[in-house]
Amino acid sequence: MRKFIFMAGTAVALALAGAAVAEPVDEKLVIDGEIEIVTKAKAPEGHPFDEVLSGWLFRTAETRALEADSFINPAMLTVEDGERVWNTVEGTEGKSCASCHGNAAESMKDIGAHYPKWDAATNRPVNIELQINKCREERMGAEAYAFDKGGQRPLTTYIKYQALGTPVSIDLSQGEMQKWWDTGKDLYYTRTGQLNLSCASCHEVNAGKYIRADHLSQGQVNGFPLYRLKNQGIVSLHNRFRGCIRDTRAEMPKAFSDELMALEVYVTWRGTGLSVETPAVRH
Amino acid sequence: MNMNRRQAMAMSAGAVVFAATGLATTGALASAEDVDKAMMELAGGKMPEAGKVSLTAPEIAENGNTVPISVEVDSAMADGDMVESITIYADGNPNPDVVTFHFTALSGTAMAATRMRLAKTQNVVAVAKMADGSTFVDKKEVKVTIGGCGG
Amino acid sequence: MASKPRVKVPKTASAGEVITIKTLISHNMESGQRKDKDGNLIPRQIINKFTAEFNGAPVFSADMHGAISANPYMEFTAKVNESGTFKFTWVDDDGSVYEDTSEIAVS
Repeated sequence: MRKFIFMAGTAVALALAGAAVAEPVDEKLVIDGEIEIVTKAKAPEGHPFDEVLSGWLFRTAETRALEADSFINPAMLTVEDGERVWNTVEGTEGKSCASCHGNAAESMKDIGAHYPKWDAATNRPVNIELQINKCREERMGAEAYAFDKGGQRPLTTYIKYQALGTPVSIDLSQGEMQKWWDTGKDLYYTRTGQLNLSCASCHEVNAGKYIRADHLSQGQVNGFPLYRLKNQGIVSLHNRFRGCIRDTRAEMPKAFSDELMALEVYVTWRGTGLSVETPAVRH
Repeated sequence: MNMNRRQAMAMSAGAVVFAATGLATTGALASAEDVDKAMMELAGGKMPEAGKVSLTAPEIAENGNTVPISVEVDSAMADGDMVESITIYADGNPNPDVVTFHFTALSGTAMAATRMRLAKTQNVVAVAKMADGSTFVDKKEVKVTIGGCGG
Repeated sequence: MASKPRVKVPKTASAGEVITIKTLISHNMESGQRKDKDGNLIPRQIINKFTAEFNGAPVFSADMHGAISANPYMEFTAKVNESGTFKFTWVDDDGSVYEDTSEIAVS
């Protein structure tokens, strides 16, 4: 049996190797004609690419247009939901996010461009979702959101949206961030699943090629949470990580597990310099 | 057809990917004949003429769940030159009906845009009905792609 | 289930001008074609009708079927001769009616 699984994996690899190559588009993304988005940036030192490219450049004209106009971007409905959650009092302390943080446009400006961050109290990196849960438990006396449940997606989208346009940069000098980056890098290059694919198999080795009819991007995460046409709804980063891993037919790590947090640290770094595009639109 | 295990494996791999990406639908899909029938009915027993109405749709849709389309009829939208409605059909969907836009003199122009679902590669058809009862048609094929990994 | 609709109407226009209106509403548009995990058909529940009126007079309407994407988007035009109020209405299969209004000043 092992032999046949190996062959199926080889078939996929061959299909990729023989795939057509298409250049990402050479276009500027300016949302509403006002907010300039950095979709190409010089890669940070030690990066396998010379230039990091937003997934927006790999999508069709129709999909790109959905992101360029904040009115027709369907994910803006989620941003508005998130604003309502921001202002909703929950928990035993009688507080909303706004009770402490006031106007998100000021207090959360650019914040989303610099997560994950080191959290000394839990001795691991936290992303926006986990930071929200800390606030809910420690400040609001409310229950932590379960993955992708309750207000988690809208609130995360709303907070990251306050950084729209700001280039991504994370601080690897905090705590043990470098160690988590190393772990994330190992995971990125580790082949998994019956199809024997690593993240790099598609998003590094074959970025720019077609996997069937799908134009492979660099797998950047600067637009998450984002609107996915396939789902006709908002998709969180860890949902997408799990989906990719599922598609290699491997066991999926839990959302916010050590594995996926390490991967988030590393993959976020791989997009250093790209603007936050939340909420981006992808296919 | 005899398949060896390797072919069977490769095929089932394809099938899994396809099942994960295909729009989950049940039952039969519509056909070009169904749409012709619906158009005849709308046009009062004859086929609409080509021209006047123009349909804009992508040649290739990245995902069949959200395909932007727009339609327009060059019309003064005033006495004697009014567009009553534009109806959109899809000849490969489970149900060929998509939407009917109704216009009035206050519409100013006979233009509308929306986003639609396409179960597979197929024709999208727009039929404009004028106030005088005449009908016009435009048709565009939209290729719906199947993503590589859950598309 | 729908959150507040989004509508984009210019705040001002000149008399006789043709303006573009865009609307978006949050809705799953359950097509009636999908099955749940147990293989049972999920019943259709969509927004089946959208209307736009200006000062009480019909401007534009749309009869929708299950092939309209989730979070239905409508873009159309209106000719404005006077100041007034646009009223937008969405009708759900379950009988719910969602409404929104927008003012425009015409000079």
